Amino acid sequence: MKVMAQLAMVMNLDKCIGCHTCSVTCKQAWTNRSGVEYVWFNNVETRPGQGYPRRYEDQEQWQGGWTLDRKGRLKPRSGGRARRLLGIFSNPLLPSIGDYYEPWTYDYETLTSAPLSDDFPVARPYSLITGEPTKVEWSANWDDDLGGGPELARHDPVVEKISASIRLDYERAFMFYLPRICEHCLNPTCMAACPSGAIYKRAEDGIVLVDQDQCRGWRMCVTGCPYKKIYFNHKTGKAEKCTFCYPRVEVGIPTVCSETCVGRLRYIGVLLYDADRVTEAAETEDDTALYEAQLGLFLDPADPGVAEAARRDGVPEPWLEAARRSPVHALISRFKVALPLHPEYRTMPMVWYVPPLSPVVEALRDTGHDGEDAGNLFGAIDTLRIPVEYLAELFTAGDPEPVTAALRRLAAMRSYMRDTALGDPPDEAKAAVAGMTGRDVEDMYRLLALAKYDERYVIPTQARAEAAALEETACPVGYGEGGEAGPFGEGSGRPAPASVESFHALRERQTSGALLDPADRRERVNLLNWDGKGRPAGMFPGAGKKKEKS
Amino acid sequence: MNLLLWVALPYVAVASLIAGTVWRYRYDRFGWTTRSSELYERRLLRVASPLFHYGLIFVILGHVIGLLIPEGWTKAAGVSESAYHAGSLIGGTVAGVAAAAGLAMLIYRRRATGPVFSATTRNDKLMYLLLGGSLLLGLAVTVVENGLLGPYDYRRTVAPWFRDIFLLRPDPDLMTGIPVLYKLHVLLGLVLTALFPFTRLIHAFAAPWRYAFRPYIVYRSRDGAGLATRDPARGWEPLTRR
Repeated sequence: MKVMAQLAMVMNLDKCIGCHTCSVTCKQAWTNRSGVEYVWFNNVETRPGQGYPRRYEDQEQWQGGWTLDRKGRLKPRSGGRARRLLGIFSNPLLPSIGDYYEPWTYDYETLTSAPLSDDFPVARPYSLITGEPTKVEWSANWDDDLGGGPELARHDPVVEKISASIRLDYERAFMFYLPRICEHCLNPTCMAACPSGAIYKRAEDGIVLVDQDQCRGWRMCVTGCPYKKIYFNHKTGKAEKCTFCYPRVEVGIPTVCSETCVGRLRYIGVLLYDADRVTEAAETEDDTALYEAQLGLFLDPADPGVAEAARRDGVPEPWLEAARRSPVHALISRFKVALPLHPEYRTMPMVWYVPPLSPVVEALRDTGHDGEDAGNLFGAIDTLRIPVEYLAELFTAGDPEPVTAALRRLAAMRSYMRDTALGDPPDEAKAAVAGMTGRDVEDMYRLLALAKYDERYVIPTQARAEAAALEETACPVGYGEGGEAGPFGEGSGRPAPASVESFHALRERQTSGALLDPADRRERVNLLNWDGKGRPAGMFPGAGKKKEKS
Repeated sequence: MNLLLWVALPYVAVASLIAGTVWRYRYDRFGWTTRSSELYERRLLRVASPLFHYGLIFVILGHVIGLLIPEGWTKAAGVSESAYHAGSLIGGTVAGVAAAAGLAMLIYRRRATGPVFSATTRNDKLMYLLLGGSLLLGLAVTVVENGLLGPYDYRRTVAPWFRDIFLLRPDPDLMTGIPVLYKLHVLLGLVLTALFPFTRLIHAFAAPWRYAFRPYIVYRSRDGAGLATRDPARGWEPLTRR
């Protein structure tokens, strides 16, 4: 047994209102650069729907994830080592920009510079890829809120699988939101597909990252990832992906998407798992048994034997402590209400979801029944097969059993807590029907309904003594060996200490009378909104000085 | 002049190749990429890219055989001059035509597809000129000098000259009598070699042969091991218990 720790996330879909705040803040933090205009490390899909990129779940077409070869061993679905190397000169399985969407901007200038006329001036859309005027036809969430509609939902690969038992007329439409980030899998196919070995899993926290200096732009990872959550930056020619906001979680604060989540539906915590058995679990023959297999990998941090083994394998004490308090462990292993997204891809994903109960309750109330009554609820879960089958295709490779069980627990919690709220004595029997005790139900209620910031995000820090040093130098990354500065290129020279830089900036701001861009002062360029084109004045310190002399 | 072209230039080219590659590795590993434009255009690339690359691999293989293996060795192995010549003519023509056709399609695609064209740098254009030029000249050498005008035994002139460069006893006299097309092909090839590390061609040196031997899953540890210096937040611990 080799115990490893992983930062995992659980999202409670019942609470997602589809506001896209997570997507927008993530984009502002990570992908507001040219080359990744079309990239959303976090996106929110309306299900049923085609998703982003369109129909990414159709693995017959995209060949993402793993499959088992004749001997029952894991092999990337798009081909093993030999096939990948022989086919390296082209990758027909790469989604083109049209499958994502063509990013665009507007020529806002027309709004102010258009000559006087009878019509209002209009800012026309321009493609960010070709620079030509374009017609906006699709985007990352084009079918937002139209998910249940027959026109778009018909093309949902999940709907196609179960189309016999699902009806897409508007009267029976259902939909829910599915926020997605990189799954930071235990057994990632993107990593397996990378010819350069640039993608790696951090041993300390399980975050999957791309080494930008080692990536050579072969694009095989995009094909490998069945969730299509690794993207090709078409300006730099490198792969980029969700980083689980590692600079944030290293110092113990949650990812941007979690931090800004309006519904507070995300939970981050530590899971301990047995790294030695990951492959074995992923090789489980039956698709529907993969959920249980992955569940079997997670170790109980309260078990003294596990703690002993974890210490032996170098899991720090604060991480063990965090694992014991982990909200994610509670939702996944103790209450078993969280389920993995598409376990049948065999990547062992580590972002899990609490399936939405709301459609069931809503439907019940509409038929005139008490939607919160336990008996009605349990009956409804079994009879309303449409959502359960759909959810099962998403979360358990089509096996409705675990989904129903999770929904029953959620329903039992509603019913049990309703009694408490109305002043009735709590009914242990209601909890027992879902295989829980009253204590369990109350604990789960607290975690799902009340949990505050520091209960939802239990993130041990990885800060070390060098953190102070990193703060001092604005740019800690050098290009030479061991990070020393070289004579040429981006890594040249010694970076000015951040405190010195901000001291000067602050003094200038306080003492300068000019509103902006004083020509006779040291100019500064905000690299965060520089689009990579051209060389703005003041980008290099030398340029400014020369101007002064002339 | 002979000394300049056939002694100085090759050494400059090799030095530039090595120094440039080292420089690129040390200071520009981030820029070391294929800079793929597949995201913009897929259909033409699907055909053109493998055609060009596989053609080029066989072209390079042909150069290795023709330049590095002395005539004596193949004779000793029982391959007659005419058999070798026929082999090199046919193999070289097929590989050359494939590579040239692939390159032609790639250049057409680069020009005709808007986004691909706007992603083309001046460096790329120079590189295409040199690569296309040496490829066409090489094809001309094979077809014209070796085919139409009868066999030309470059293994008595060009090949020994090439080997002598690496044996540090350069002999420019070997190159004086060779046909003009050969001279041009070699010169263009040398210029391309010199510029190689400064163009996108550098991605050839990233050939991922290690992929065949590494495990699928890669773990990396942050150096110095992640030691937590602060206690985690209080976390999910129910405040009240009944």
